[in-house]
Amino acid sequence: MADSGAVLHEQFDDLAQQHSAVTLGMWAFLATEVLFFGGLILSYVVYRHAYPHEFQFASHQLSVKLGTLNTAVLLCSSLSMALAVHAAQFGARKRLVFFLIVTMALGATFLTIKGFEWRTDWVDGFVPGSHFSFVSHTPRVDARKVELFFCLYFVMTGLHGLHMLIGIALLGFLTVHASRGKYSSGNFAPIELTGLYWHFVDIVWIFLFPLLYLIGNHAA
Amino acid sequence: MSATTAERVADYPPHPGTFVEEGYSLKSWLLTTDHKRIAILYLLAITFFFFLGGAAAVIFRLELMTPQADLVSNETYNKLFTIHGVIMVWFFLIPSIPAVLGNFLVPLMIGARDLAFPKLNLASWYIYMFSAALTIASIVLGGVDTGWTFYTPYSSMFSNSHVMLAVIGIFINGFSSILTGLNFIVTIHRMRAPGLTWSRLPLFIWSMYATSIVFVLATPVLAITLTMVGIERVFHIGIFDPSIGGDPLLFQHLFWFYSHPAVYIMILPAMGVVSELISCFSRRRPFGYSFIALSSVAIAVLGFLVWGHHLFVSGQSMYGGLVFSLLSYLVAIPSAIKVFNWTATLHRGSIAWDTPMLYALGFIGLFTIGGLTGLLLAALGIDVHVHDTYFVIAHFHYIMVGGAVMAYLGGIHYWWPKMSGKLYPEWWGRFSALIIFVGFNLTFFPQFILGYLGMPRRYHEYPPEFQIYHVMSTAGASILAVGYVLPLCYLLWSLKYGKPAGSNPWQATGLEWQTHSPPKTHNFDVTPVVTDEAYTYVEGKEQFVG
Amino acid sequence: MNPESFRFVPEQASSIAGEVDLLYFCLLGFSAVLILGIGGCILYFAVRYRRKPGEVPTPKPVHGALRLELIWTITPLVIALGLFGWGARIFIQEQTPPPDAMDVYVVGKQWMWKIQHPEGKREINELHLPLGKPVRLILTSMDVIHDFYVPAFRTKKDALPGTYTQEWFTPTKVGKYHFFCSQYCGTEHSKMIGWVYVMEPVRYAEWLASGTPDVPAAEAGAALFHTFACDTCHGQHGPTLAGLYRSNVKLSDGTVVFADDNYLRNSILQPSAQIAAGYTTVMPAYKGILSEEQVIQLIAYIKSLASAKRPESTEVKP
Repeated sequence: MADSGAVLHEQFDDLAQQHSAVTLGMWAFLATEVLFFGGLILSYVVYRHAYPHEFQFASHQLSVKLGTLNTAVLLCSSLSMALAVHAAQFGARKRLVFFLIVTMALGATFLTIKGFEWRTDWVDGFVPGSHFSFVSHTPRVDARKVELFFCLYFVMTGLHGLHMLIGIALLGFLTVHASRGKYSSGNFAPIELTGLYWHFVDIVWIFLFPLLYLIGNHAA
Repeated sequence: MSATTAERVADYPPHPGTFVEEGYSLKSWLLTTDHKRIAILYLLAITFFFFLGGAAAVIFRLELMTPQADLVSNETYNKLFTIHGVIMVWFFLIPSIPAVLGNFLVPLMIGARDLAFPKLNLASWYIYMFSAALTIASIVLGGVDTGWTFYTPYSSMFSNSHVMLAVIGIFINGFSSILTGLNFIVTIHRMRAPGLTWSRLPLFIWSMYATSIVFVLATPVLAITLTMVGIERVFHIGIFDPSIGGDPLLFQHLFWFYSHPAVYIMILPAMGVVSELISCFSRRRPFGYSFIALSSVAIAVLGFLVWGHHLFVSGQSMYGGLVFSLLSYLVAIPSAIKVFNWTATLHRGSIAWDTPMLYALGFIGLFTIGGLTGLLLAALGIDVHVHDTYFVIAHFHYIMVGGAVMAYLGGIHYWWPKMSGKLYPEWWGRFSALIIFVGFNLTFFPQFILGYLGMPRRYHEYPPEFQIYHVMSTAGASILAVGYVLPLCYLLWSLKYGKPAGSNPWQATGLEWQTHSPPKTHNFDVTPVVTDEAYTYVEGKEQFVG
Repeated sequence: MNPESFRFVPEQASSIAGEVDLLYFCLLGFSAVLILGIGGCILYFAVRYRRKPGEVPTPKPVHGALRLELIWTITPLVIALGLFGWGARIFIQEQTPPPDAMDVYVVGKQWMWKIQHPEGKREINELHLPLGKPVRLILTSMDVIHDFYVPAFRTKKDALPGTYTQEWFTPTKVGKYHFFCSQYCGTEHSKMIGWVYVMEPVRYAEWLASGTPDVPAAEAGAALFHTFACDTCHGQHGPTLAGLYRSNVKLSDGTVVFADDNYLRNSILQPSAQIAAGYTTVMPAYKGILSEEQVIQLIAYIKSLASAKRPESTEVKP
């Protein structure tokens, strides 16, 4: 890492130490994030077990098509993020900027589709709280528990969306710096770390998607 | 730990002055990224919170002198014990040793110039202060009456107090813990001085490492749990409210999944401090170094698996109770290993009765009582009787106050010469250590008896037959209060009038003693190189290669 | 000073109290031995090996001894496992009420305890019990979590809203004992206390008969059963309730559940959640319609049908 333009902060001895430190820091942060979403997913599992009918019913109100589409969008964004990191490793500035923008665009697409879904939920009265207007027509489905599902749904997808927004902001910041040639093959730790974060956010979705969209038999 | 200092020249020229002389303006303190200055900022903040939380305790202890309500109303009483718990847990105990002593010492002890992420370190202090401001605001606006445990559905649906503000405060406080833990993990992994292998690390560093893991893995669960309480409070959705389908026990599971490991956040650093003190003041390597080190990690891991022992009488299934009881017994073993090893270290040592050592010896005794009463609580048959009584209160105060606070004070006295460059008056130090020990026991020992007699916790009024033990406890609390004010006075006095300490007043090993007191901004004039195990004491020499 | 003030142990007034106290004192003795041992060692070493003023000798270094480490790891482990087993044995006993226990319903609300005896007697913050008869308390709460704690019986259990929990004991000593709410429940938590009166069976019977005559809970439940027109289905084309209590019920999704108090409660309040095999959901949910007391009375009625022979049906698992 001789030719790098990386700034060595004075608490570190050399760039290698600095690089391994920030990478480890990111992994430790992601460990925190896993437990953060873990608490939510545990709550979801508990209530899914307690109220299988309502959760299945509520899940069927979600659009599997849009969910699948979003999953594909997000997987593509992970690919382009990986390509961006790859470009950064080789110091290919144009390629780096291109893939960063593609990743951002895919992230924004995901949020837009998600936004449409949320809007539909709002119109259908599935947003919990005073606006919740779903009335059950079958005694097997208790509206309050459908509301519980949607509450978990909104907290989970909302927090995930918030992470996406933060990710897109980070990517925007990186794009500006990358286009000014701030990164090089010896200095791309910020790209690598944001990549780790981005992949993590994708993986969260990979868990949320089946939990929220794919439970029960949709054909039935 | 011995170090040859000439082998390696620092990459940066040594700073001319100590970290204190770096600047005296308010700005130079509030915008500092020096881990030592940030430690001092934390020290000021948590000292304030310690006395604030203590003041709440003094008021409700006075109230409990008599069985009737005479000093404060029931609402005020409930708010007082909530404030006491919230402040002592999140704003004093959890940050005490890690954020003050850990911040100051981790880089010094491993021969680094600073923590891995100095700006993040300052950010954690600001996050801590911001969360503290919110919590203070919730108190000023009228207080919170849920108890520090925030049990639902009381906290989410029934309490009319400022729950939201306090919950947001604690939520934000969590990020301060997480960032501190993250910083320590990375620093300990990546920034050790050349030659400082894991098996040569001071035991304090081992304990900080174990604590940091708990910080990073447990705190986010509290964050998401409190988020759900907040959502339930605002939108009236039954996440935890049984009347609309929620499960209040889920809250308790999630809460204790954080809060039981949080107990180890408080006691593991204390164990680390005590290992340092015992070693220094008997002038020898701790007996069974690797067992003490690994037992810290074992406690951190097992600590995640015992939360259910807070739910023995909650309606959790009987089999759940059995499993958690068994695991709770297992977590006692590594603590016992530590106590035996500390005691064995004293055997044939050269024991100095300096103030920090008095605290350390007091710690072993009180922690042992706290730990053994933990065995009584883990015994299912007994717990059903004493759960939620004063027995539990006494037990965890023996661990938190008899354990964590004693170790914290011992650590502050031990490293005070390093932090301030001054010696405190030794006679006053020993005297107040004795006062605290006596006052503590008089306050909390009667509470064991109260608990077994059946006195429930969080009672504003109580049947008159319990009074005698409450009077003893309150008398003890007043002695304890004096004991805590004394060090505040003479330590401040020593800043101006104390004798210069020199770089190594205790003749201790350890890299932190191989540099100036107070240390310079980048800690060491040259980066030390470690060539031997920790705690190598040798006749007539402080440093030794071999 | 009254010597009564210096008690160390509450009265032993239940069959389990003696066992709990025995374990407690054994553990205290074990703890005392360890505390005195460790404390004694610390004090002895601190005095015996105290550093003389003015000199800084360095004692021989020690590096630990594996054998010693193993001894003080394995010995406490074995002791701990033994203690676990002992505590667990008492706990299992505490968690398993005998089938012939007398059921008393206890409802907690901010800030009082309402108690309903099977014979119909109702009390507030008082609980009268006959000596020597096992009693099972079935607890619930109308608002937040409470906890019914009788120190003299050495037992407690949380009362949760929305579900039943249970605790049981056999009173063994005539007298008057405190009970407390021991789960913090708000402003007047410390006022949520009362007295348990343990009486000779004869006196208890007199107490039951005293005052205005009460309608037994099961009869009140039978009346409700008629008022809410439950009998138009149950016993006709709906699932019969005779012998249902404490039987195994096969549900429409194939699972088999044990019909305990909580099952009955849920099936009244929210019948659609667990439907007996062979039936469809016709019954409306009574959540928010029936009070906790009414649910208790209905359950008492259904239990009273338990003695009647249960006819063969698809619901009964052989």
